Amino acid sequence: MKVLIADDEPNIVTALEFLLQRGGYEVRVAQNGDEALSLIESERPDLVLLDVMMPLRSGYEVCQHLRERPELQHIKVIMLTAKGREAEMSKGLSAGADLYITKPFSTSDLMGKIRGLLASG
Amino acid sequence: MLTGPVIVFTSFAYLGLLFAIAYYADKRADAGRSVIASPYVYSLSLAVYATAWTFYGSVGRAASDGVGFLPIYIGPTLMIALWWIVMRKVLRISKQNRITSLADFIASRYGKSAAIAGLVTVIAVIGILPYISLQLKAISSSFSILVQYPVIAMPEHMGAGSVFNDTAFWVALILAAFTIAFGTRHLDAAEHHQGMVAAIAFESLVKLLAFLAVGLFVTFGIFNGFGDIFERASDVPKLAAMMTPLESVAGGYASWVWLTVLSMLAIMFLPRQFQVTVIENLDEKHLSKAIWLFPLYMLAINVFVLPIAFGGLLRFPGGGVDADTFVLTLPMAEKQELLALLVFIGGLSAATGMVIVETIALSTMVCNDLVMPVLLRLRRLRLNVQPDLTRLLLGIRRGAIVAILLLGYLYFKLAGEAYALVSIGLVSFAAVAQFAPVVLGGIFWKGGTRNGALCGLIAGFAVWFYTLLLPAIARSGWLPIGLLEHGLFGIELLRPLALFGLAGLDQITHAMLWSMIANVGAYVGVSLLASPSADEHRQASLFVDVFRRGGETGGARFWRGTASVPELYNLLGRFLGAAAAEEAFREYAAARGLRWPLERADAELVDYVEVQLAGAIGAASARVMVASVVKEEALSLEEVRAILDEASQVVEYSHRLQQKSRELETATAELRAANQRLKELDRMKDDFVSTVTHELRTPLTSIRAFTQILLEHPDVEPAQRTRFLGIITKETERLTRLINQVLDLSKIESGRAEWHDTRLDLKEVVSDSLAGMGQVFEERNIRVQFSAPQSVPPVSGDVDRLIQVLLNLLSNAVKFCDARNGRIDVALYEENGGLRVDVRDNGAGVDEADREVIFDKFRQAGDTLTGKPQGTGLGLPISRHIVEHHGGRLWVETRAEGGACFSFTLPFRRRRVAVAA
Repeated sequence: MKVLIADDEPNIVTALEFLLQRGGYEVRVAQNGDEALSLIESERPDLVLLDVMMPLRSGYEVCQHLRERPELQHIKVIMLTAKGREAEMSKGLSAGADLYITKPFSTSDLMGKIRGLLASG
Repeated sequence: MLTGPVIVFTSFAYLGLLFAIAYYADKRADAGRSVIASPYVYSLSLAVYATAWTFYGSVGRAASDGVGFLPIYIGPTLMIALWWIVMRKVLRISKQNRITSLADFIASRYGKSAAIAGLVTVIAVIGILPYISLQLKAISSSFSILVQYPVIAMPEHMGAGSVFNDTAFWVALILAAFTIAFGTRHLDAAEHHQGMVAAIAFESLVKLLAFLAVGLFVTFGIFNGFGDIFERASDVPKLAAMMTPLESVAGGYASWVWLTVLSMLAIMFLPRQFQVTVIENLDEKHLSKAIWLFPLYMLAINVFVLPIAFGGLLRFPGGGVDADTFVLTLPMAEKQELLALLVFIGGLSAATGMVIVETIALSTMVCNDLVMPVLLRLRRLRLNVQPDLTRLLLGIRRGAIVAILLLGYLYFKLAGEAYALVSIGLVSFAAVAQFAPVVLGGIFWKGGTRNGALCGLIAGFAVWFYTLLLPAIARSGWLPIGLLEHGLFGIELLRPLALFGLAGLDQITHAMLWSMIANVGAYVGVSLLASPSADEHRQASLFVDVFRRGGETGGARFWRGTASVPELYNLLGRFLGAAAAEEAFREYAAARGLRWPLERADAELVDYVEVQLAGAIGAASARVMVASVVKEEALSLEEVRAILDEASQVVEYSHRLQQKSRELETATAELRAANQRLKELDRMKDDFVSTVTHELRTPLTSIRAFTQILLEHPDVEPAQRTRFLGIITKETERLTRLINQVLDLSKIESGRAEWHDTRLDLKEVVSDSLAGMGQVFEERNIRVQFSAPQSVPPVSGDVDRLIQVLLNLLSNAVKFCDARNGRIDVALYEENGGLRVDVRDNGAGVDEADREVIFDKFRQAGDTLTGKPQGTGLGLPISRHIVEHHGGRLWVETRAEGGACFSFTLPFRRRRVAVAA
């Protein structure tokens, strides 16, 4: 299973990368929104860990673009962000994310959710 | 030619003409195009003051008293000068309160009292009877004289013989019929009789013309002008004496004064004068013209009085011809038939005009203010549930007209014989003068109470009756003459002609003196005994303060209660007729923009209905009727006072409020601007908080993630473990730095930071900072150069803070200078009254667009670049604050050769600057 990490914070990317690799997933990394979109296009991951606050293109936009493409509908999206307000949450979900997780997150929790989403297919 | 039938026919023709004029005027009024809406017609209508008394009696008086006939005309002329104050107020009050008669006015003032209304009516009727009989006497006498042409003989004992042989009786009946036709064809809510007004304006002209005609004839026809007459008169000693004013009037000064006063009051309080001046007035502005037109009329009609009088005395020296008849007998003696007929018609005109107006006015009062209140109280008649009362009302008025005229005739029979015309008339003047205290007091003094008015009126009337009416009746033989000589019950002090021993005055003066004392004394005395009731206070205020309050809703403000529209509608319909009621309600709705049919009955509607009703049945009865269909909550005197005080306070404060409101506007504008700024700040604060939260959470995420990883995965390679732990540590430091800076910035911005100012050597500070970063410079292989003069003047400032600034600038330079060949140049020098420090790097420089942005919180150059910038984004804002606190400036420039140059200044003389948010 392939997972794309889209986040501009290098340290967080490191942590996520470690966790995913330990979990047996293939990992790709994007550091901004544009990169994220093009990597989704080319790599067709099964799941995207999407940070909202990214340069060049925000996570919301990426998600929306994603959902506009029928062939990309099956890709699962988990939004990660430090913004925790309700308004942001509903915005994220209405943009088409499957899950919305606030930072800081629990690693076991996150991995559990990833496994769950990918299992349901 | 002057035979009986001719005279009668001419008379009827003239009356027919008057009627036609009245009819036409009424029709025009109904069509809305009134003929009498002119100040000239108004002024002429006021001339109804000149009756047969003026026409015949003035000459008669002049013949005995010479110039002494004048006070009766001086009075009105003087009064009219005062009209601007008094009459205008009466007019305004009457319009606002929809007054329909003199009795209505007085009763309305004193709490809408039915008792006062009735009393005033009784006094008025009794008081005017002599006056009416005078007119009857004049008409019948002049007829009797004229019909005997060419013989000139005085009529025989008038009033003797049977009633049906008496010309006067028939005259009375004819006049009654005529008046009924004039004034009681329908009910008008405002008691306007436009036709009547037109007719009497016309007859004022006729009588003036007739008098002028005979005057001209006598002066220039019989004699040779004014000079001729007076010359010849002065030859006769008796006549000569009459030409001097004071001696010619019996009683001298006192008489003149009282006669003038009497006539001043008469011009206001005779019911017919009140009717034409106040009730029939269509426009307050007409008053200003009348003020000089009426005296002009008076002058015109009096110009020839003396000439005619002297002419008559010279022509009929024997005294066999009654001076009252000179106007008629002089043309007769000179065989001027047409002129004599014209004179007769003139006299008829004068008398008829008076009778019509007076009787209509009196009958209105009798109906509204005397009969109706009594009938309404007689529950047996159950009048308040009868559907249509208009016929009843008209019937009462007609009956009253006939009754009054017959009573006038009765007085004529009983007492008219004994006196000359003028004396009879003065008796009536004295009667209506009794209204003066209560009216004048009523419109200028709020303290007059109902009881005071009642007592004043009763006292004055009683004295009048005793001193004037009784003697007249006694002298005609209907009461024992002993009454006059020995007083009531034989008590000398109560002699009618010399009360309490005051002898030597002529009868009128004597009567006026005592009646006024009694009247005013009782009025004032009783009024002061008790304070006015709530009703009286309200009415008093409405009357006395009429110029101060605007609008016509005076009564409505003081009313509280509940009412229903259908009930009010029915009530109005019963008295005015269904059509008039409907129209009244529609007008009301239209004037206020309400829907028809009306839904709610509020205080204004009730007041309106009451006012309309008052036009038909008088204010007192209207009050009773309205009260029967609404449930009123009585206002206590305190509440009325409170409302009045409130109203006056409101007026007082209103212009102060206007002032305040202008001030408020400017204040509001300022507040709005401040509010905007605050909202702006609030938003910025929200942004700040959310950004800070975000910034704090990011390192926390790493810390938590790596901590968890290390906990859950003990099998991590040591190298990786070390790396992870390193990240944790770094992120912790980052977090700490961020927190510190946020707190720092917050403290500085809110002014809570502590500053430890000392005199410092800036060169030293810079050197220390450079030394502190020495290791970093080495690690990055950055060349650093510091140029400064030998010594610099000391500056006042906070050392630690300045080091903070320098470290910030230097670390920025380190971050952004060229990666491989980094170079930083620091320069310190004096400039413009302070010191300046430049920190230059050879990096990419700062874009023009970013030059101010980088000083914003959390904004860093390179936000949109792919490289995630290092640092918190708060360093520069804090540095700027610090520099500005010291009174300096911090900015950035791009060097020509590339790279950024951050500069700041520190002035020697510091002005403490408040830190801008």
